[in-house]
Amino acid sequence: MTQGVPDIGGGALAVASEGLTRRFGHQVAVDQVSLRVPVGAVYGFLGPNGSGKTTTIRMLLGLISAHEGSIHLLGSAMPRSAALVLPSVGALIEGPAFHPYLTGADNLRRLDAADRTANPHSSSERIAESLSRVGLSAAASKRYRQYSLGMKQRLGIAAALLQPRKLLILDEPTNGLDPQGTREVRHLIRSLAADGATILVSSHLLAEVEQVATHVGIMSAGRLISQGTLTEVLAGAEPRLLLFTNATGPAQHVLSRLGLSDVLAGLGKGTVTANMCGHGVDEITRALVNADVPVLGISQTRPALEDLFVSLTGEGFDVAS
Amino acid sequence: MSLVEPATQPGHLGRLIRSELALVFRRRRNQALLAVLAGPPALIGIAVKVSAPPPGAGPDFLGQVTGNGLFLVYTALSVCLPLFLPLAIGVVAGDSIAGEANIGTLRYLLTVPVGRGRLLAVKALAVLAYSAAALAMVAVSGLITGAILFGIHPLTLLSGDTVSVGSGVLRTLGVIAYVTFALTGLVALGLFISTLTEGPIAAMAATVAVTIIVEVLDAVPQLGASRQWLFTHNWLGFGELLRLQINFGTLLTWSALQLGYIAIFGSLAWARFTTKDITS
Ligand SMILES: Nc1ncnc2c1ncn2[C@@H]1O[C@H](COP(=O)(O)OP(=O)(O)OP(=O)(O)O)[C@@H](O)[C@H]1O
Ligand SMILES: [Mg+2]
Repeated sequence: MTQGVPDIGGGALAVASEGLTRRFGHQVAVDQVSLRVPVGAVYGFLGPNGSGKTTTIRMLLGLISAHEGSIHLLGSAMPRSAALVLPSVGALIEGPAFHPYLTGADNLRRLDAADRTANPHSSSERIAESLSRVGLSAAASKRYRQYSLGMKQRLGIAAALLQPRKLLILDEPTNGLDPQGTREVRHLIRSLAADGATILVSSHLLAEVEQVATHVGIMSAGRLISQGTLTEVLAGAEPRLLLFTNATGPAQHVLSRLGLSDVLAGLGKGTVTANMCGHGVDEITRALVNADVPVLGISQTRPALEDLFVSLTGEGFDVAS
Repeated sequence: MSLVEPATQPGHLGRLIRSELALVFRRRRNQALLAVLAGPPALIGIAVKVSAPPPGAGPDFLGQVTGNGLFLVYTALSVCLPLFLPLAIGVVAGDSIAGEANIGTLRYLLTVPVGRGRLLAVKALAVLAYSAAALAMVAVSGLITGAILFGIHPLTLLSGDTVSVGSGVLRTLGVIAYVTFALTGLVALGLFISTLTEGPIAAMAATVAVTIIVEVLDAVPQLGASRQWLFTHNWLGFGELLRLQINFGTLLTWSALQLGYIAIFGSLAWARFTTKDITS
């Protein structure tokens, strides 16, 4: 462990930022972000459009400068140690980008030629292997401009896998992928993690993230508003009441009067859901029974990551700026 | 978890340079530009063959072409230097950094990682190679057309003395070497402009526009001796190599001027590129 590297909870951190801040004009795109990605974690980096995920990733990789704060990747300061750190980091940054008139394989060859740590003798072998890992072997000699959206995305992932990596930073890897491709990426992430790599993955597919992530960080308007293990973060969420009844109207009335928030009737199925706001299931049941509301079933549910995400970042559809 | 310095592979720089050269020379557009450059020398040769120009008319050396095909090389260079060559070189130089920024490949090169200074140097080398290839194209096209239509004869120098064919060819190689060097300032300018923008077309247009403006200034007599500092001023000075007593001092002074431009635009490009935010 290199000295001066933030280290919480006994484990080393593969990505650690401290008070990371970046402005564009007078807009603060990234505001005091302190990422903690433990070694070996699959870290879901979440946030609405424009919340600052890609900007943070660009700073981690030394593409843009930070106005405040510090970064350590794999224990070394960035961007100062870029030459030392980046050969061990595979990255997909805001979508794939390749030369349109070169084939997929030639594009990978170009990136491999640029890597001063890459062994030229194993180049063809590594290129073929990473293409096969993303299911692109058949399209290896097709020009990039003829690739479909998902094929382009797969080539981007293949580029990140050209060398064995200790850390993968994947910005929306499933963007544009078909269901099989999305599944494959999920398996890929699991197998890379099983091999000991740390993975920071930004995504809008929360159900996907929930399946693979061990940790999550949620960005909103440039700030990191929640971070921790998936269980910790979900535990911080308000549990929801799920009530089965054939008198949804009166039930909603009783729940609201009791002080539960966000009381919603399920679509025609005789269900009502609400935030529990500190009330116990027994107390709520008693109140319903006293008001002669038939209780056919009642339970407390763990919220899905999506519910938590929306409750933390707001319902609004408009991007913040 | 401290990392050990990853082992650098022997020959890695050569591999990157070859990759960059392949990128430049295998691109269809760049090949087409090179092919187009073969046109003017051939056209001039044919035109002169069809109807010999009146003495003293047309570009430099045109009058001597009928007597000796070697002069077609010099005529072709005089014709192509003001516009065609800067156009071809401006396109490739302007595209070098801005083109990769535009399609986003720059961010992936830099995270490979390729050091920014190293990438800039390799890009510069590839543009220089293209510039030399463009000149060679003009010269070879002129030489072949000239040899076929007029034959290669002992070279009558500007001073009136005649030297052997061997010596004439040697001097012609000298001319090409001089012009290649004379264009390095332009390469440095194009590279610098290419670091300023993410729009390759803008960078190409700006490089060519600046060159033309400088050439126009060079043609304004009122500017007097200060014109000698313009980077285009001595492009056509290769005639110096066609005198019996070549004044190498003059050639060195002119070349030093290009070194000055390389130093200025090179440092500006380096300062800009090594600190630039890559947001594309
Ligand atoms: N080059 C730039 N110049 C000006 N503003 C920028 C630039 N890049 C990003 N921004 C702004 O910074 C904010 C964060 O953008 P960023 O791309 O980091 O969001 P994101 O979380 O990756 O969004 P998405 O989910 O849509 O990819 C946005 O408001 C955006 O407009
Ligand atoms: Mg983004």
